[in-house]
Amino acid sequence: MRDVAIIGIGHTKFGRSEKKTNIELQNEAAMMAILDAGIDKKDIEAVFQGAVFPGFEEGQVMPGIFSNSDLGLSPVPCTRFEGACASATVAARDAFMYVASGRYDIVMACGTERALIMGTPYATRTFAMGGHSTTEGPAGLTFPGVFAMAARLYSRNYDIPFDRTLECMAHVSIKNHKHGALNPKSQFYKKLGNLTVDDVRNSRMICDPLTLLDCCPFSDGAAAIIICAADIARKYTDTPVYMLGNGQGAGGPLARIEDITKPPSRIYSAREAFKMAGLSPDDIEILELHDCFTSAELIALECMGFFDWGEAAEATAEGQTEIGGKIPTNMDGGLIGKGHPVGATGVAQIVSVVEQMRGDAPKGNQVDPVPEYGMTDTLGGDFGTLVHHILGRSKRRK
Amino acid sequence: MVGIEQEVYEKKYKEYLVLTLADYQEGLKEGKLLGLKCNDCKQYTCPPMMVCQRCGGMDLEKTELKGEGELMTFTVIRVPPEGHEAPYIPCMVRTVEGPWVIGRLDYDPDKATQDLCGKKVRMKGAYEWPGDKFSGGPLLCPLFELAE
Repeated sequence: MRDVAIIGIGHTKFGRSEKKTNIELQNEAAMMAILDAGIDKKDIEAVFQGAVFPGFEEGQVMPGIFSNSDLGLSPVPCTRFEGACASATVAARDAFMYVASGRYDIVMACGTERALIMGTPYATRTFAMGGHSTTEGPAGLTFPGVFAMAARLYSRNYDIPFDRTLECMAHVSIKNHKHGALNPKSQFYKKLGNLTVDDVRNSRMICDPLTLLDCCPFSDGAAAIIICAADIARKYTDTPVYMLGNGQGAGGPLARIEDITKPPSRIYSAREAFKMAGLSPDDIEILELHDCFTSAELIALECMGFFDWGEAAEATAEGQTEIGGKIPTNMDGGLIGKGHPVGATGVAQIVSVVEQMRGDAPKGNQVDPVPEYGMTDTLGGDFGTLVHHILGRSKRRK
Repeated sequence: MVGIEQEVYEKKYKEYLVLTLADYQEGLKEGKLLGLKCNDCKQYTCPPMMVCQRCGGMDLEKTELKGEGELMTFTVIRVPPEGHEAPYIPCMVRTVEGPWVIGRLDYDPDKATQDLCGKKVRMKGAYEWPGDKFSGGPLLCPLFELAE
């Protein structure tokens, strides 16, 4: 396989898109990425798009081909990827493979979503489709419901008093909102940047014990990256970021996973990525992980091997996932602070890691020194699709 | 002429699914928790799937589980999806036969606290959701109650 680099990034502001459609949001992010890369758009040979609910949101399937047309890219192919909330990350992984294999030299990976237009009850219904419809549907399970159950199980598994578990989880929200408030692209820019444990615990109950501030919001937004063969990357940029490794895993119905604090799909995917990159958790200096809920961040940190089982909660409360800690996590605000337009999230995470590696993250969010290696973690459904990417500033592997 | 005789070809066609979702749902309607027993490893699978959930074996037979187990975790849904009325309590139960199942707990949502985790529960019937335009019809899940 050939080495592969990211040479352009685009990311719309997350939040409510009053006027722009999914297609227009995607067009914006794509244009930003094309201009950032400094390529002629005619050099893009294929587009790989994540989009989860465009049919439910706007009665539109295949939004990507209309974006291709609007951008003047047609007739090059556009394929839509659906892996629930990990859709864009799956798209980026396949985009990588097409370039690594030599089939294409320059491609775009992207994603878009306009979930807020659905309103909370309908959006909650469509999001729940990412679970197993026939066994989880009649129970009325929702995604906050799944991670509420995970929080209770976590407390039990590790004999951490339940109230202490909830306090530690609140620190995830405090941290991610702090960094989200500093990120101009965030849904909560300049908002919620000084939360306390009491603020999180006393906000509205969504699915006991998860409160509103334990949850990421519904969001609109889009993101895009330009990916090319590493040997031509320096024609376009002095700061290519290399895609050193990736992994993907599949889960199943929630009940069959059993202990949902240790989903095998995530462990498998993360190990695949580390093995391919020849790196370990100790090498990673910036991590963007799928904090759809506060408990989800703790589980993810442990499954990827950044902390031992049951230790992520106290480590988070101690600041080990902040700048200066063991592993700065979600310094763009994460899904909780920046927002979670599900079809775009995975590529948006990659955009944030690339920004960090260019030293271009906002003050207060930029890791210093500029990270050499970074990682993304994206979750689709209730552990149904897991995808990881490991990025580096050089092609060097260990 | 090339090709296979239709009668011979028909005999080549076999179906392997021992317990369909419709059978499982029909069982729930009758208050039974149906599953599969593996003739290789002797362990249980529930809800139904193509192979044994423990060993991947394909020699399975239909069986009925006791419907008893331990409440592993639960939540109280306060913000429901369209088509459900809150509050209610989805839960995960580890059956005495081994498999975990998702169901609902029949309990006062305002009194449901962490100390419920670990309690013995038994199936008292099924919760029937009428379904919506996406669900392909009504769907059922086990309804549990505290056994102690």
